[in-house]
Amino acid sequence: MTGPDQRAKEPTLAVDGLATHFFTKAGVVKAVDGVSLHVDPGEILGLVGESGSGKSITGFSILGLIDPPGRIVEGSIRYKGRELTTASDEELRSLRGDRIAMIFQDPMMTLNPVLRIDTQMIETVRVHHRVSKAEALERARAALAEVGIPSPESRLKNYPHELSGGMRQRVAIAIAFINKPDLIIADEPTTALDVTIQAQILAEAQALCARTGTAMIWITHDLAVVSSLADRIAVMYAGRIVETGRTADVVNAPRHPYTRGLINSVPSHNVRGRRLAQIPGMTPSLINLPKGCAFRTRCPQAIDACLEPPPISAIGPGREVRCFNPVRDPQSATAEAAP
Amino acid sequence: MSMEPLVSARGLSKRFVRKPDLAGRIAGHLGADVREETVHAVDHVDLDIRKGEVVGLVGESGCGKSTLGRMIAGLLTPTEGKVQFKGKPRDALSAAEAHAARLALQMIFQDPFASLNPRARVETIVGEAPLVHGITTRANMTAYVDDMLRRVGLDPELKRRYPHQFSGGQRSRIGIARALAVNPEFLVCDEAIAALDVSIQAQIINLFMDLRSEFDLTYLFISHDLGVVQHITDRVVIMYLGRVVEAASTEELFSGPNHPYARALLAEVPRISTEKRTFHPIKGEIPSPLHPPSGCHFHPRCPHAFDRCRNEVPVLKEIASGHISACHLNDG
Repeated sequence: MTGPDQRAKEPTLAVDGLATHFFTKAGVVKAVDGVSLHVDPGEILGLVGESGSGKSITGFSILGLIDPPGRIVEGSIRYKGRELTTASDEELRSLRGDRIAMIFQDPMMTLNPVLRIDTQMIETVRVHHRVSKAEALERARAALAEVGIPSPESRLKNYPHELSGGMRQRVAIAIAFINKPDLIIADEPTTALDVTIQAQILAEAQALCARTGTAMIWITHDLAVVSSLADRIAVMYAGRIVETGRTADVVNAPRHPYTRGLINSVPSHNVRGRRLAQIPGMTPSLINLPKGCAFRTRCPQAIDACLEPPPISAIGPGREVRCFNPVRDPQSATAEAAP
Repeated sequence: MSMEPLVSARGLSKRFVRKPDLAGRIAGHLGADVREETVHAVDHVDLDIRKGEVVGLVGESGCGKSTLGRMIAGLLTPTEGKVQFKGKPRDALSAAEAHAARLALQMIFQDPFASLNPRARVETIVGEAPLVHGITTRANMTAYVDDMLRRVGLDPELKRRYPHQFSGGQRSRIGIARALAVNPEFLVCDEAIAALDVSIQAQIINLFMDLRSEFDLTYLFISHDLGVVQHITDRVVIMYLGRVVEAASTEELFSGPNHPYARALLAEVPRISTEKRTFHPIKGEIPSPLHPPSGCHFHPRCPHAFDRCRNEVPVLKEIASGHISACHLNDG
């Protein structure tokens, strides 16, 4: 295995112009429509969006987990320079769970309810690596210890139903990390957990990425969670990335009206007891998107130009926004929230 | 705000007993050690809610906050203790008073999908109860339903539709309109916005605040989301494994939490921050309410626990005006 320094030259993952459409009876659902992103070794990218924004489908597309009627219709997904959209099932299978792992919202998507934890973890190792059972078991024990599970030896003998929700999610994370992958895609892994357990999981994920140089895409609807975790943030709306940048830049000075609306509608960002700054309307149906910019109908500063689809344009180093009339005075986003 | 509590709970407890199943009973007959399992979902809780107040009930899963809310709303019968409405215990009310009390206490549920009858049109969902209770007449029902829908921000044109034709946020509004339609004084909102997207959450929070001033409503707002609770409540009650561990005015609690659990909980609220932060989570899991720890329920996870915490249940003591906390550390 090469050290993180040598690998830093090229991104672990580069997605370019990805479009994943679902061909349903009611029409073509453009769940993901031209998404480009990249993530470097050891970096955590927060992919933020509301339900139906296409954030999970982006994650599933990267792993080649799109089932009919869905299909990747355009774009490229390059993992360390290797094209994944044209890779065979065989190739994908050898990558999945080894070099690229996924953590789901519901740990029972990862865990088999009728197998013991040790059986499942040993299998994950031995499917990809020629090691003895004893060696695989030792790796499993180490992986459980690494995610902060007390007495891992006895936990290995448990069935998933004997563990609490937080403990199951930890086991799922241990399984994701067990083969020391280069990339982990985490799809809302803490949404179903309590606050104190969520904080534990976030702490462990952060430490593991820093320690192992694993790149991570953390998919969530919760801007507050990623703002304290991610290095960079990409905000999605209706199948497209509308804004990207370093976490501090996006949170301090959002340039897209949607990002600003999202930040302002978080209660802790508002004066107590005052009305929240709300985004009017609701997320549009993906079958019948508004013409031009999809956010146009809810946007307070829409102009005539917004009838055309806006391109994504660079506004600074690593900072992009998809808007004809971006927020000019980004300070106004936080000014009204100041006490 | 009057000092007379609108609703109060006195020594309220709820225990759920799980009887052994057939296999368990047979094993029991053969001499195995099989016993009934009891969950102390709510354990001797006192709570006063004054008229016009918004009280937040906070805790993690399994702490009994929903069970307490359901007992206060009258959907569950307490195992022990009493719920008083306007100073009178609920079981001492006359039939007419009990009827009025039931209408005055309404509940808004978490799941906007499961809490609406999928086969009823919106006008029936919202209009049925006021019609049955004589709040409106059949002739006026259409106008009444229109008015209710307008108040919660829905287009009255949509009243002939079925719940599945609405989005999650709209369904929440229907649930709120249904509760408001019987002129309640007091609303129990059980995680009423937890299932919604952030931008829709903000809309519903604003709606709750508008309705409060418009109808002079009192709320018990049950939530695990401390950011939301901090925003809209006047007073916060924190529960852990069936017991109240701390209660204070929202400002005081968020600026100076006393109980170690409250402190840990507040420290771990994810907030929009510009700094990447290092997490310092409290250790351990939430224990099973089937086998709660002895003494203070929080002691196995508490960084300050000492011998007394393992043996003696701490009582709620007033540590400042209107600020109560149950921790042995306060005894100096």
